[in-house]
Amino acid sequence: MEILSKVHATNLVKWAKDKPQVLVLSADLTSSTEIDDFQKAYPERFFSFGLAEANMMSAAGGLAREGFIPFIHTFAVFIYRRAFDQLIDSVAYPNLPVRMVGFLPGIVTPGGITHQAIEDIALLRAVPNMTIVEVADATEIESILVATENVRGPIYYRMLRGEVSRLFSQDEPFKLNTARKLSSGSDITLLSSGICTEEAMRATSILKQRGVSIQHMHISTHKPFDDPSVLQAISEAKLGVITMENHTIIGGLGSATAELIATNGLGKCLHRIGLKDTFAHGASKPYLMREYEMDALALVQTVEKIIGHDLDITEVDLQTVRLQAVHSAAKAEAL
Amino acid sequence: MAKLIPTELPSNWKDNATQIANRIRLRVLEHVLTNNGGYMSQACSSGELFAALYTRILNLAPSQAPMVPAPFKGVPANDNPAYTTGGIYNGPQTAETDRFIFSPAHYALVLYTTLIEVGRMSPEGLKQFNQDGSSVEMIGAEHSPGCEVTNGSLGQSISQAVGIALGRRLKGETGRVIVMMSDGEFNEGQTWEAIASMSHYKLDHMLVYVDVNGQCVDGKLNETMNIEPLQSRLEAFGARVFSVNAHDLNALVEPSELTPDGRPTFVLSYSNPTQGLPLLQKRAPKLHYLRFKDEAERESYRAVYQSMLAEMPAAS
Repeated sequence: MEILSKVHATNLVKWAKDKPQVLVLSADLTSSTEIDDFQKAYPERFFSFGLAEANMMSAAGGLAREGFIPFIHTFAVFIYRRAFDQLIDSVAYPNLPVRMVGFLPGIVTPGGITHQAIEDIALLRAVPNMTIVEVADATEIESILVATENVRGPIYYRMLRGEVSRLFSQDEPFKLNTARKLSSGSDITLLSSGICTEEAMRATSILKQRGVSIQHMHISTHKPFDDPSVLQAISEAKLGVITMENHTIIGGLGSATAELIATNGLGKCLHRIGLKDTFAHGASKPYLMREYEMDALALVQTVEKIIGHDLDITEVDLQTVRLQAVHSAAKAEAL
Repeated sequence: MAKLIPTELPSNWKDNATQIANRIRLRVLEHVLTNNGGYMSQACSSGELFAALYTRILNLAPSQAPMVPAPFKGVPANDNPAYTTGGIYNGPQTAETDRFIFSPAHYALVLYTTLIEVGRMSPEGLKQFNQDGSSVEMIGAEHSPGCEVTNGSLGQSISQAVGIALGRRLKGETGRVIVMMSDGEFNEGQTWEAIASMSHYKLDHMLVYVDVNGQCVDGKLNETMNIEPLQSRLEAFGARVFSVNAHDLNALVEPSELTPDGRPTFVLSYSNPTQGLPLLQKRAPKLHYLRFKDEAERESYRAVYQSMLAEMPAAS
């Protein structure tokens, strides 16, 4: 599988080239949030706000009122934990086009509790006027700015940095409020988001080999969350629905799915993989994904529970899966 | 009760502003008497400041907004194109005109009253104050007349003004960004973050007027959480600061006519929270909101109102 580096940094510079209204705001995390290239390319459009997120958030609202599109860049936790009041009053209430690019989603960082954004989607999903998107791979990072540039109100991007896999074919860019169908099946419907999608893909190929019919949908828009194909996929699941997210199971994809099931009277049993109402702590991503049962093996174990028997899949089996960038199953079928 | 009737204003700006300041107090007192409650001390402390802002300091175009505010048009949302801010009462925004960012939302009654006294809103508009379905809200938000940003959670306006000032500079606009704040907002950490950024970016087209009335909800601000010495604290942050008597119109106006020098300007307007209404001193130190304890107290204020009204030139 192709691994790319600093995808957002490169994409942002390219995308913003002919957009003088696009500004970038930093809170002393310029290289850590991959905006150093932007700063070098367009210094007059780069604003350093120092370690002061509340002021940066409200000032972004002011800039947006003047017709600019400010892109706040910091770690996700500092956006919604430090500046939630400002986010609501200065940005979300007036429905201003402020773009909040939050890094270090969930347990991807060894930075521990202070740096791990595990409840960001839960909080921001409850805020009116918000659009919430999350990337899982390089293709989504490369296409998410174009795909969301016409959104009038604020957007929260749950972003990845550094080395990022390419899971999805480059000719299938991110589309707002559109799930990717990665595999078809009728026993279980799996909805995954962010880094959990790569983990899920490791498991689904083996699960299929063992005869589990699993429909896998990748979710990259958390709000709005009303793609009819998701509803369809849930309604097709004979044995149950699984959600898998790099987030607490309260308030994120799992809860949103529960709302869909309940409000549409679908009556499916839902199994939520994610942080089970617990904080994590500082450690490596693979360690934390195993420790908190958010990895491919956790998915296999959840499937085993649903179907009622052991599938004899080991961690070694999962680790040796070779992933290739895929076209969505929906498109393959259409072809 | 006798009602205020708008009168011809004197041509001399200072006499005019003095009269407007007195009329602001009178109209707010009238409102408090009618509604058995209101933000009275804010009108006492900042009457001259609002009068000076709207008659002399701010360079605003005439309002094109309806004299009687339209009913609330709904919250800002993609499916609500009718939405506008209350900034329309400060006239259309141009590159040259100033922007007035009203910060302490609890002073909304004073702002609405000022709009009336300077002819930007009809006295009828105040009847909508705190009425269901109205934009003339008790704690003003950005859709309320004269308001451009939302600041019921104190300390956010100055930061929003920083963004507006940076944006206007990027666009090459020459108008200033003038903020009116309360002193309690200097308890908020965000205020100091904003001041640091104003100084860092040399936003010398920003002018901040602070009503330093020494009051907060719990009583005296400096017993609740001290902000003094405010002038030297601000100067240490790199601001140009003037401490003035809030009831001296010349002193309020002078700093706004200085040539910018690279520093943001703060005018600390030290005020008497019972100015023009000594009776209110009986309620000290809790002056944030006036609600009459009994009919006797209300009568005592009604008597003061009648004598203030009698002293008002050309009013009936």
